[in-house]
Amino acid sequence: MIKAVIARVNKFQYEKYAVFIALAVLFVISAIVSPYFTRIQNLLNILRQVSYIGIIALGMTFVMIGGGIDLSVGSLIAFIGAVGILTLNYFMAVFNNEYLAISGAILAALIMGILSGTLNGFLITRGRIAPFIVTLGTMAIFRSLSLFMASAGEIRSVSGHYGEFGMNSIWFLPVPVLIMLIIAAILSIILNSTRYGRHLCAVGSNPRVALFSAINGDRIKLLSYMLCGFTVSVSAVMLTSRFNAVSTSNTGMGFELDAITAVIIGGTPFTGGRGTIWGTIVGVIILGIINNMLNMLGISPYLQGTVKGLVIIGAVYMQRQKA
Amino acid sequence: MNNILLKTQDINKEFSSVPVLKNINIEIIRGEILGIIGENGAGKSVLMKILSGIYIATSGRVIFEEKPVIIKDPLDAKHLGISLIPQEFNLIKELTVYDNIFLGSEIRKKNGFLDKKLMMTHTNELLRELGVEIKPDEQIENLSTAQKQMVEICKAISVEAKLLIMDEPTTVLTQYEIEILFKLMRRLKKQGTTIIYISHKLKEVKAICDRVIVLRDGELICSEMIENISVLEMAQRMVGRELSQVFPKKQQPEDEVVFEAKGLTVPGVIENISFQIRKGEILGLAGLVGSGRSEVAETILGIRKHSVGKLYMHGKEITIQNPKDAVRNGISYLSEDRQGCGILTNFTVIQNTTLVSLDAYCNYFFGYVNRKKEEKSTLKYKERFDIKTENLDTRLEYLSGGNQQKVSLAKSIDPGPIVLIADEPTRGVDVSAKQEIYSLINSLAEKGLSCIFISSEQEEIIGMCHRVIVMKDGKIMNTLVDEKIKEEEIMFLATGVREGAKEV
Repeated sequence: MIKAVIARVNKFQYEKYAVFIALAVLFVISAIVSPYFTRIQNLLNILRQVSYIGIIALGMTFVMIGGGIDLSVGSLIAFIGAVGILTLNYFMAVFNNEYLAISGAILAALIMGILSGTLNGFLITRGRIAPFIVTLGTMAIFRSLSLFMASAGEIRSVSGHYGEFGMNSIWFLPVPVLIMLIIAAILSIILNSTRYGRHLCAVGSNPRVALFSAINGDRIKLLSYMLCGFTVSVSAVMLTSRFNAVSTSNTGMGFELDAITAVIIGGTPFTGGRGTIWGTIVGVIILGIINNMLNMLGISPYLQGTVKGLVIIGAVYMQRQKA
Repeated sequence: MNNILLKTQDINKEFSSVPVLKNINIEIIRGEILGIIGENGAGKSVLMKILSGIYIATSGRVIFEEKPVIIKDPLDAKHLGISLIPQEFNLIKELTVYDNIFLGSEIRKKNGFLDKKLMMTHTNELLRELGVEIKPDEQIENLSTAQKQMVEICKAISVEAKLLIMDEPTTVLTQYEIEILFKLMRRLKKQGTTIIYISHKLKEVKAICDRVIVLRDGELICSEMIENISVLEMAQRMVGRELSQVFPKKQQPEDEVVFEAKGLTVPGVIENISFQIRKGEILGLAGLVGSGRSEVAETILGIRKHSVGKLYMHGKEITIQNPKDAVRNGISYLSEDRQGCGILTNFTVIQNTTLVSLDAYCNYFFGYVNRKKEEKSTLKYKERFDIKTENLDTRLEYLSGGNQQKVSLAKSIDPGPIVLIADEPTRGVDVSAKQEIYSLINSLAEKGLSCIFISSEQEEIIGMCHRVIVMKDGKIMNTLVDEKIKEEEIMFLATGVREGAKEV
């Protein structure tokens, strides 16, 4: 009897649920430490704060499952944001119809995101350059281009309505949170239940086996970078809408590291081959709660990086133990 | 001095509470060549990994030279003088041959820098002893599977070990290379090295070993001096039942030519390869290591680009740029390098089985995978091939080599190919699984599948094939038919002792 229970406990796949357990533990500790923490308004705030990086991290999860990495996402968010708002202002001047201009700007941002992802993916698959190098390069390029567009300053939108939808809530969920959850649900199905998801894992797990198994690895990888570019553009639209402006020198600074951290905490190994979408979501929420707690406890914001660093190293250490 | 080098006392090993070794007590006598045989999953490799510090026993003791020892990692084993040639390769593919051989025991000059020249000279000597032509400064990734095996052997004998463990060293070697290896083993034995030799090839065990130990399901079945046990008895003790005829009866292929290669040439690799294969025919590709057999397969699959030559399927010319084109044209490949090119160890049985044929399980819209259908079809293979697995969602890393191979075969034939290229289909597989794979391929051929059968084992080439192409240095030496398929004939052609006419 006892043996059966022990066997059951041993069989329980900790690695699969480790991140959820970690979230639960963190949640309980935070609730005990600070009574303010569990207020709905605070929790929704945390979700809103993490949703911008969360959306990017979803695309990043796909890229990393395929054995790649995208360092350019932070710069890209500023670049796409700038392109979006410049388009908006231009359309406002030309069409004099605010809603048409907003739609046009969003469309331009999304297209630009997909194109930028395509550029990364193309250089990686066709150019046969390591993903780290390619995206390190495009990271510098996108940041510099956006700085150039506004002489390192801020670009404000002239539309009053553009700044609204990003601040709205539907039912009780803030719009960016809702969008993050919708994208997560779709990507989760793609990852777990479609041919593309299966092939992506295969390519990340062992590209040679994938090649011999008649899988077009280049196409699979290219699509993952395009998807990542798309999620970046969604996040860029949300973020610029929130401020109704983009700061070419600050927007998206360090987002790539937060996104990668969330993916890793969520249980997707750095080497690729497998991963979970919901793990990534939990990963960003864990980062959000830690920031929130450090703020509430009045710990110096300069130390937040230290905690983040410890969390990512700890998470990978634990995954290593399970392997 | 006692003549027992190593003794195990009640060794037990469990993997997540599943016992794989039960109370193993063996004694290894100084200076002997001890054969250890058993089916896949019998526990041979696990026992050897315990002796070489890769695994730690759940309970039990190891006594080495009369002293109890704890071998907790490979470094401990190395200090004791135990050296292992593992079943799966353990070479760093980006480094050169000599780098790998001296990895961890590099020779340095007085000033602390590596003495590359000296290491290369030593490597050259070792390689010459083994009679293989590999350049010491060649990168590992440029070597063929068999050449890698030779390097692995070099690496193990470069440290002067007291106990040398060889885990299936000959699976990828041809007869000629095996002879060289045996000569080397006899010499090492004379010098006082004790050798444990694990193999599925019982004839080799009979030829080289002094004593043989049989394991079955993690238990020690018997230990016999080699002169007291026949090959048949060994096989019976391994399986625990009577074995019938190993090779199935050959079926007569039909006359219709299905696939044809004309003048395939990859400069410096293969030259002017032409052959036809008929419906239901099993065509053997024999030859020594490096003779270009696998390269022919890779060229047909489009992994290597041929400069000259044409491929025909049912008389129509086909172009193949990559394996995807090959599958589309009805050509499937069963890789010799199971873990490198064949299966994904972190994928489940189902996911591996349907990896190539996934299109057939997806709805047209969106590529949504129909799990029920996948499961049904995989279950069919599980029953047909007798794949031993806890369930279909088990990841392949938890399956034994033979069962992995069966999954790999299932994966290759699930797309319903017209031509199957089977490259060393029974590599690292035990007697009964081998027999199963033979009869599977044979029954597939009977149903009209044409099979290009690449193997280093003369016996299975002779036992399985209707016709045999013998290759040397990337060229076809000759084609042998029916009763002309004989061991010495293949050997003569493969070694170039007899230059045959192009067609018989």
